[in-house]
Parts: sequence; C-alpha cells; structure tokens
Amino acid sequence: MANETSNSTNVKLALAWAFVGIPLAWGIVMTLLNALALFQ
Amino acid sequence: MKYHDAATSKGGWLSREHTVAEPGFNRWLVPPAALCVHLCIGEVYAFSVFNKPLSLLHATVGADGTKVPGADDWSIASLGWIFSIAILFLGLAAAFGGTWVEKVGPRKTMAAAAALFGGGFLVASLGVAWHQLLLVYFGYGVLGGCGLGLGYISPVKTLMSWFPDKPGMATGMAIMGFGGGAFIASPLSVWLMGIGGVAFAFVVLGIVYFVYMMVGATIVRVPPKGWLPQGYVAPRQSKGLITTANVHVDEALKTRQFWLLWGVLFLNVTAGIGVLGQASLMSQEMFPGLITAGAAAGFVGLLSLFNMGGRFFWASTSDYIGRRNTYMVFFALGIVLYALVPTTGQMGSIVLFVLFYGIILSMYGGGFATIPAYLKDVFGNQYVGAIHGRLLTAWSAAGIVGPVLVNYIRQYQIDSGVPKADAYTVTMYIMAGLLAVGFVLNFMMKPVDERHHMEAEPAPSRA
Repeated sequence: MANETSNSTNVKLALAWAFVGIPLAWGIVMTLLNALALFQ
Repeated sequence: MKYHDAATSKGGWLSREHTVAEPGFNRWLVPPAALCVHLCIGEVYAFSVFNKPLSLLHATVGADGTKVPGADDWSIASLGWIFSIAILFLGLAAAFGGTWVEKVGPRKTMAAAAALFGGGFLVASLGVAWHQLLLVYFGYGVLGGCGLGLGYISPVKTLMSWFPDKPGMATGMAIMGFGGGAFIASPLSVWLMGIGGVAFAFVVLGIVYFVYMMVGATIVRVPPKGWLPQGYVAPRQSKGLITTANVHVDEALKTRQFWLLWGVLFLNVTAGIGVLGQASLMSQEMFPGLITAGAAAGFVGLLSLFNMGGRFFWASTSDYIGRRNTYMVFFALGIVLYALVPTTGQMGSIVLFVLFYGIILSMYGGGFATIPAYLKDVFGNQYVGAIHGRLLTAWSAAGIVGPVLVNYIRQYQIDSGVPKADAYTVTMYIMAGLLAVGFVLNFMMKPVDERHHMEAEPAPSRA
C-alpha cells in the first residue's frame, strides 16, 4: 500500500514537472537558436 | 502595537481550508503549481510582438507590397500604453491585494488571477474585433494587469512555508517562471497570429492561460499548521537579520527596514530595466556594422535567458551566503561591470560585452527572486506575501524611472555631439552610481526593533 502511494506520488511529480518543464525547455531552445545569429 | 492573526476563511473548493495538504503530500509538487501561474503571466514581457500587427489592423497593401497603415489605425505610441497600464495595475493589485491574498490563500488567488488574466485577453479580443482601443486598455491593461499582480504574489508565501530550509531557492523557481514566460509566449503568439490574426490569438491565449493557471490552482496546497520538513529544525532565536518573530504588514510600513529594502529593489531594478529596454539599440550603436538588427534580437533573447537563470541561481545562492551578502554582490559586482561596459565597446569585444551584460541581467532577475526571502528573514513568514506586494511598488516606480533615465541621457549625449557609439558611456557610469547608493542602503540594514513584532505564538511542532 505504501509502495502504491509512493508510485502514485512519483507519477504526479513527473507529470507536474513535465507540464511546466516541456514548454519552458521549448521556449529556451527557440531563444538559443535565435541568439546564434549574434556570433555568426 | 501587537496584532493577533485572524486570517482564516470558510468556503468551498477554493478556500484555504480545502487547500491544506493531505498526509503524504510531496512538497515538490508546489513549485510546478507556482510555475503554472508565473509562466503564463510572464507573457507580459512578450506583449511587444502584438504592437506592429495591432498598428496595421486596417492596413492596405502599397505599390511596393508593404503594408500601409489605415487612416484609423492605432499608432505604436498609443499601443505602448497597453503594456504600461498592465505594469501599473500589476503594482497596484500586488500592493492593495496582498492582505486579501494572505486571508484567502493561494488557490482562490490563483483562480482570481487566472480569471482576470485570461478574461482580460478575451475582453481585449473584443476591443480588437470592434477596433476600440479603450476596450483593449481595459481588458489587457486593467483586468490583465490585476491578474498579473495577484498571480505574481499568489505562491510566494506558500512556497516559503513549504521550504523553510530553502526559501530563496523555492521562490527563485517560481519567479524564474515569470522571466521564462516570454520565451513561450513570443513564438506561440506569432504562430497564432499567423493562423487567425490578433483577435483570434487573444481568444486562444486567454483560454489556454486560464486553463493552465487553473491547473496550478488545482495542484497547490498549503502545509498543515506546524508542519516542518523532515530533519529541519526551526531556529529558536533570531540571528543577525533573520528573525523568528513576525511583523504585521501595516506595521512593516512603519519600519526603516521596509523603506531601505524598497530603495534596494528600486535601484537594482532601475539599473537593470533601463538597459534591458535599450539593449537592442545599444548593442547596434556600440558595435556598428558588427551587430545587425537580427543579431541584436538574438542578443535580447540571450539577456532574457540570463535574466531568467539569474532568478534561480542568485536566489538559491542566497540560501547559503545570506540575502544581505547576495545584494552586496549585486551592487559591488554591478558597479564594476557597468563601469567596464563602455571599455568593451572601445575594445570591440562582443564576447565581453555579451558576458558583462549577461551577468548584469542575471543580477537584475536575481534581485526580484531574492527579495521575498529577504523580507521573510527581516519581517517573518506570517505576512510576507502582503509585505512583498507592497514592496513591488518599487518595481512600478523603477519601470518608469529606468527607461526614462537611459533614453534621456542618450538623447542628451547625441544632441551634444557625442558619437552614438559613445553615447552610453555616461549612462553606464550613472547606473554604477545608482548601484553605489543601493550598496549603502543595503549596508544600513539592521534587524527590526522588537516593538514592531507581533505577539509570539507557541513554537510549531513536527506533524
């Protein structure tokens, strides 16, 4: 039972961080690609 | 004067009582909840992508294929007010809504922020569709600005309550999201406008932001009374600037410490925001022929990355070296870097120019992210959200003073016959001077006198 609770919490954590982390990572990559022009 | 805490309320799903964490709740779920809100409201930094399309809503295509503004199209100057009104109402909502936020808790505040920010976009879309600029001002500026202010302060106290061992890192994570929101909003807005125009983009963004922020409101929890993280021992005695007492928000405004910190934030933001707004033009004028308009846009994006990263890095660092010392670094290092920036232009070194500016902007962001934990250290945790809200008026003031200072000094230099490449030299030295004043104010910080403290409650025990 304790393991089930722990697994469920881990899934919630992964989903919550992916929910905010994926859009943020996408935005950062787009910005870095634009910034490359500065050093070309 | 002594105060008693009566900050409780009864209600439904949105109430503080329904937000108390169940046993086994993992505190690391709270930062993503805060990020759901801050990543959305950080959109405000990308609002400029709408300015040109909004100025060409009734445009016709000229003989050379370019768009010519219609007779009744809005000017760029009049559109600039949308952002200014939003920032003004951000400050007002944070200052006057802080006490309400303390009373009702984070979920109701996040939901209110979602309704105001998302609803503001929908009202603004009507303004675009009916071509009524006042409606856009009211929608995005007034309603959206209030959503910005409430959303900004909504998770701050909750995060510090969950992370009493790392308050700087916890708030740094959320406020980092505010810096990062523009990275997502900018390309997303351009894509949506390409599909269906500005009004369509506003409608989609309003709905998406409302839903996204409500996910944060759903996830967020407050710790049960007396909860402490495993292994953490709350300090029993005040040490240096870190107090174990609490100061009421109304009492905080009567202390010298509040106004010293107001000045510290104001000066740090004034110096940063002034050059941030002029970064594109400045880079092109200091390196004529070397930095093109496209490269300058990349430079601004890179500065935004430093701004965002600095929020997390410096706020986390402050947990180890202390808030006062962190601000000492901001001001001392800032003075050196601002003074050296003109030299990088004379050397023609783009790498050093970008590096120095990156560090400066990291400290600009770090100032925003470190201030909540600084306030907690000095005034205690109980009313830190409301006190933080009042302190953010320094941001609104700096938002006006910083750009005006940079723009006017630059223009004065050029009018006096100084070459454009050298027009920023005096500005940089003045910014360094402002940081020197900030250094002194921060140096003057001392613990709050006991007569301002609230009556002590029994020490919390581990749940």
